[in-house]
This record gives sequence, structure tokens and C-alpha cells, in this order.
Amino acid sequence: MTHTRVLIVGSGPAGLTAAIYTARAQLSPLVIEGEPSSTTDQPGGQLMLTTDIENFPGFPEALTGPELMARMREQAARFGAELRVSKVQRLDVTSRPFRAWLTDDEEPSVTADAVILATGARSLMMGVPGEERLLSHGLSTCATCDGFFFRGHDIAVVGGGDSALEEALFLTRFASSVTVVHRRDALRASKIMQERAFANEKITFAWNSQVLEVLGEDRVNGLRLRDTVSGEERTLAVTGVFVAIGHIPNTTLVAGSVELEENGYVRTGLGSFTSVEGLFAAGDVQDHVYRQAITSAGSGCVAAIDAERWLEAQGL
Amino acid sequence: MSDKITTLTDATFDEVVRSSDKPLLVDFWAEWCGPCKMIAPILEELADEQAEKFAIGKLDVDSNVATATKYSVMSIPTLLLFKDGEVVARLVGAKPKGALLQEITANL
Repeated sequence: MTHTRVLIVGSGPAGLTAAIYTARAQLSPLVIEGEPSSTTDQPGGQLMLTTDIENFPGFPEALTGPELMARMREQAARFGAELRVSKVQRLDVTSRPFRAWLTDDEEPSVTADAVILATGARSLMMGVPGEERLLSHGLSTCATCDGFFFRGHDIAVVGGGDSALEEALFLTRFASSVTVVHRRDALRASKIMQERAFANEKITFAWNSQVLEVLGEDRVNGLRLRDTVSGEERTLAVTGVFVAIGHIPNTTLVAGSVELEENGYVRTGLGSFTSVEGLFAAGDVQDHVYRQAITSAGSGCVAAIDAERWLEAQGL
Repeated sequence: MSDKITTLTDATFDEVVRSSDKPLLVDFWAEWCGPCKMIAPILEELADEQAEKFAIGKLDVDSNVATATKYSVMSIPTLLLFKDGEVVARLVGAKPKGALLQEITANL
């Protein structure tokens, strides 16, 4: 069993920024990064599945998500943060020191004076018939991983936010046509992304369209849609479907022991303080409004400073 | 890359699969695929540790589209386990080492 003053759970921009700051404050943080996966639940977090990042200050020439995360990780390691590719299976924040389990053992693997929860959020699935069956048979949640296989295909992207448009634009490199399927008549995405999407001749929009079913036996061959205004149903013939409809926070580890917002995100008051003393939250697990790499990194810094001052006040 | 891992191409694929005296695990990957990079070191380790039980090959889908299409690979990383020239298991997506090994071993 290891004892650490600061345990950081998660290694997206929030977790790694918290690691850089607490490491520089000589708190020798331990970061439990997560495990390899093809979802956002992996070391580096959601940015591992993105392409170019053009809005992170200091990188005018843009860089890829995985590159940015590799740099943050290197920076955290340079100042002495211990980084472990492993997953926290269970976390007990009901008494201090907090306890974390990385295995199924009865004994906790780590005890910690303070915990910074930076577990992020994951993509929502549509929850319609056909979706699970056709996942990786034409239905994908990762455009950067799978876009290549849709060279010359007519495909659909479901969603209306920045991530949906980013995927749609990326997929035009391969696909013959990309239909953005959105349940409303206007996009949530930022102006610049909207302008780019509207200007791309491969992209068309299916407005007011709700997905009822993903069609196809062993391969996607269409989407069954309902017009939310007229109620009419129709089939959109596509051989690929990418889902980008939003996110839910990864709060399983603290379910029942910390106060959540009504929408399920961890409630933070001033700064990164949660309802549990010594437990701090940063990044997308507590932010459903901004959800940017830079705001997430910023909140990781906030959590590091909060944790440092709190530990000092406790004499820990 | 571990010298135990064989690089496969459209041209060599069938021959290597057919002539493998052990079960052969083929990693369909590409340079631009983040999750593929994440499991690459795991496969290197497995190539050394499990050399007695199975062999490992890698196929870059970018330059070997025909084989990827033939095996209906539409998502990477995809790992196909071949036994006597036939696909006996299909693992899609990056996973931790323990989980990968468990699924491979169960199908050997």
C-alpha cells in the first residue's frame, strides 16, 4: 500500500495540470491515469480521440490531441509526479485518509490525504435499436480511429455541437457525403465551426430529425429518422454512422458520497471544493458548461492550489 | 518494434497466415490511430512473453486496404486471431493488457 499526500484520478488536461502544479509545490502527487481503451475512458482522456486542436493558447500552428496530452504528461513527470497506467476500481471518501483500490484486493492500494477527482466525461450513446449490434460494423464513436474505412461512403454524423461538426469536417476527407443529423433546427456549435461546415460542399444537414433506429443486418445501411415537426418517418441511406450527441460525467467512483448537481455533474462551490472536505473536483466531471481543454486545464490548476492550501491548513 | 513481431502486407498476408505453426494474432493498425498506439507496447510485451503460445503480426491498414476490406475491418485497432488459417476470434478496440490476454488465451 502506498500513501500519497495528493491522489489525482484521471489524466486529461485537468488531471495533468493539477499534477504539474502539485508536483511543483513539492506534494509528490500520484496520478492514476486510466487504462487503454478505444473510448474516452483512457489515459489522456477525451482529447486522445480528437484531431487538430487550434484553440489552445500557445500553439498557433495547432497540434493534435494526443500530442498535447503527451506534452502535458511529460511536463508533469518532469516535476516529479508519479504517473500510473491503471484504473481506480473503488474510492472511499467517507473517512480520511481517503482510500483507493486499483485491484480487486480487499486492502486498498493507495491512501491519500487529498484527492483531486478529474475523471472527465464520456460520450453518450443514442440508446436506439441497432446501435449496440452495429457498433464497429459501420457505427462508430471515434471518427479519427475509423474515418479511414469510409472512403467513398455516404455517411451520417448524429449531433449538433462542436464535436459533431469537427467529426463531420474530418470525415469529409474520406466520405463522399456527410449528413449531419440534428434533432433541432439550429446548431449548438460555435460560429467558426458552423461556418466551416456550411461552406463544405460534402456536408448537408438533416434538421429536426430524431434517430429511431440504426438499420442493417451485419453492416449499417441506413438510419430511420422521425421529423420532429411533422412526425413523418423516413430512411436515410448511409453506410456509416458516427455518434456525437453529448457527454455524461464519470462519477461512478464517488456516487452516493459527494453532492452532485441535478444533471449529475459533481457540485463544486468556490473553486474546486466539493461537499467532501479534502476532495476536490476539476475538469469535465464538474463542468457541463465550458468543457474546453483550456478551461479544464485551468480548473486543474485551481484544484491543485485549493488542495495545497487545504493540506497546509490541516498541517498535513 | 520487437523482432518477434512480423510485419504483414497485402502481398504476404495469406502466405504468413497459412504457414504459421502457432496461432497468429494480427493487429490491424494505422499511424494516425491513437488507441492503436496505446496497445502497441502491450503487443510488444506479449510477443516476448507469450512467444510459446502464439505469434503476432501487424498490418498497416493505410497501405494494405485489400486485406482490411477482406476481413471487414471497419474500426481499429482490430485484432484477429488465426488458427489453421481461420479467424477464431475478433477483438475490436484498445483494452488493458490483462483483458486482451484473457480474450486471446480463451480462444487459443
